[in-house]
Amino acid sequence: MENLAFQGLVGLSLAMYLWLIAAGLTIVFGVLGILNFAHGSLFMLGGYFAFTFYGLLGINFWLSILLSLVGVAFIGLLMERFFLRHIYHLDVPYQLLLTFGFILIFDDAVKMTWGGVFMIPPMPDFFTGAVLLFGRPFPIYNLFIIGAGIGVAIGLWLILERTWWGRIMRASASDREMAGAIGVNIPMLFTTVFMFGAALAALGGALSTPVRVVAPGIGTAVIIQAFVVTVIGGLGNLKGAFFGAVIVGVLTAYGILLFPIFELFIIFVVMAVVLLLKPEGLFGE
Amino acid sequence: MIGRNGKIPILLLVALIVFLFLLPYVAGKYVMYMTMHILVLSVFALGFNVLLGYTGLLSFGQAGFYACGAYGCAKMLLVIPSLLPGVICGVLFAGIIALILGFLCIRHTRIYFAMLTLCFGMMIYSLAWKWRTMTGGDDGLVGIPRAPLEIPGIFSINMSSLGNYYYFVLIVCLLAIMLLYRIVNSPFGLTLQGIRDSESRIAFAGISVKNYRLIAFTIAGLYAGLAGALLPPLENTVTPPVAHWTHSAEPVLATLLGGIHTFAGPIAGAFLFYVIKDIIVRFTEYWLICLGAIVVALVMGLPGGVVSIFEKRLVPWIRLRFAQGGRR
Repeated sequence: MENLAFQGLVGLSLAMYLWLIAAGLTIVFGVLGILNFAHGSLFMLGGYFAFTFYGLLGINFWLSILLSLVGVAFIGLLMERFFLRHIYHLDVPYQLLLTFGFILIFDDAVKMTWGGVFMIPPMPDFFTGAVLLFGRPFPIYNLFIIGAGIGVAIGLWLILERTWWGRIMRASASDREMAGAIGVNIPMLFTTVFMFGAALAALGGALSTPVRVVAPGIGTAVIIQAFVVTVIGGLGNLKGAFFGAVIVGVLTAYGILLFPIFELFIIFVVMAVVLLLKPEGLFGE
Repeated sequence: MIGRNGKIPILLLVALIVFLFLLPYVAGKYVMYMTMHILVLSVFALGFNVLLGYTGLLSFGQAGFYACGAYGCAKMLLVIPSLLPGVICGVLFAGIIALILGFLCIRHTRIYFAMLTLCFGMMIYSLAWKWRTMTGGDDGLVGIPRAPLEIPGIFSINMSSLGNYYYFVLIVCLLAIMLLYRIVNSPFGLTLQGIRDSESRIAFAGISVKNYRLIAFTIAGLYAGLAGALLPPLENTVTPPVAHWTHSAEPVLATLLGGIHTFAGPIAGAFLFYVIKDIIVRFTEYWLICLGAIVVALVMGLPGGVVSIFEKRLVPWIRLRFAQGGRR
């Protein structure tokens, strides 16, 4: 029994990593209508930036996370302004292909800059160690991630529901032309939303560096997890993405315990079943 | 095959086929090896384009069927070391899986179809990766023989030389391409294009859109399976990355490089894919960044693919020149 509860906690911390990845993808899809294949690569870049600032240059942990957010948001700005902006009118295959092109570019750029081998970033001292929960040691850092994930969820909810910018985002997500007609600067909004999504990806990447390795190519693994989560919760549905992440995280944690061979398989079965029976997602209207 | 009609493309085509048959006499092993990979990717991408270019469905899970073909062929060759049963087993296995999964996938179109195929492809990947007793896990299947092509009691051709296997791949691929050309230019192929352009109009004409999509999906699966089945005898090994979604992106890239609305587009794209790779890796190991840049440039500037330049500019230009020459 204690074992199961502990594994649930492990699942919850996994879920929060997934949530951080899926949140930005969901917001960008919801407002811009673009499924950004390169979102995982922005996550990877966030990890590399944080690793460089904190691990190599020795800048303060929190400041290096902030710097990596700013850096990746700037890359997002360039991507949206010079590329994505010109393909909103094209068919979905071309949009997917363009962002796929960026995966290839980012992956190799990372290899050129940091080398092809994976690196293990250091963890700040105040996060090392573990606390005893349900009779077993649980890393303090994972507790911090659970808190951070919930914090981001509350923060996003406040931004979307309580601010002017959030209202505009929701308005143009539900009717882009109408929002434009009543005076919303749509191109500007798209740029800022894409930058915001990129920064969220970077936050996920920066926060997971102390427990994961940073390596070129993690973007392609991460984006699939993000797709699974967003599809289960409903594409473009932020609340769905949060609960989708919890479902996938907890399922993975118990799956590893119960069916180690088919753990990954089960996740995709859940995704397929949701797509077939309720394509708008478990939490879609 | 390249132009819709006209004599010049047919002459070019004959010249190309003759060239491919003479290749082992003029080129070394490396060029033959590359050409086999180009042929295999052509078949893979042509099958994919039945879905994308002709039916309007973007599949991101073709690597799953490719892997079914590769693992099916490898498993068979490890039991019965004979080439034909191996390849046929791979193709049929991929076809059956495509038929079953297609039945589910065609319930959706557009982005949900892409997600569903991606999901099924990754399901196959996770099995290839984790189901160690069946697939060898992340080591894959090794020691697959390049078995002789034989029909017991009639003939047996040794495949251990690369040249012989090259001819086998070449002939199988050419036959598959010719067959597909006939299929997409038949009433069936036109119906698929009708579905792509106006689903409701085709439905009103009393045609089952779902059945046609399912057949297109199965054809794409069979061709992916054939592509996959041709490689294990060449490489002697199959590993899980053949099923990964990034491998599904290869036919997508080849098709969009070449052009989706022409039959020969995927072939030209497969050729470009390998030639670009071969040229760039001579200068730098970072060839993917160049490919990425080319993809971005193509999408931004030339969404019709490379063959569209050929069709729209070069063929009319040649015709014009010859027509003028004739008048003079």
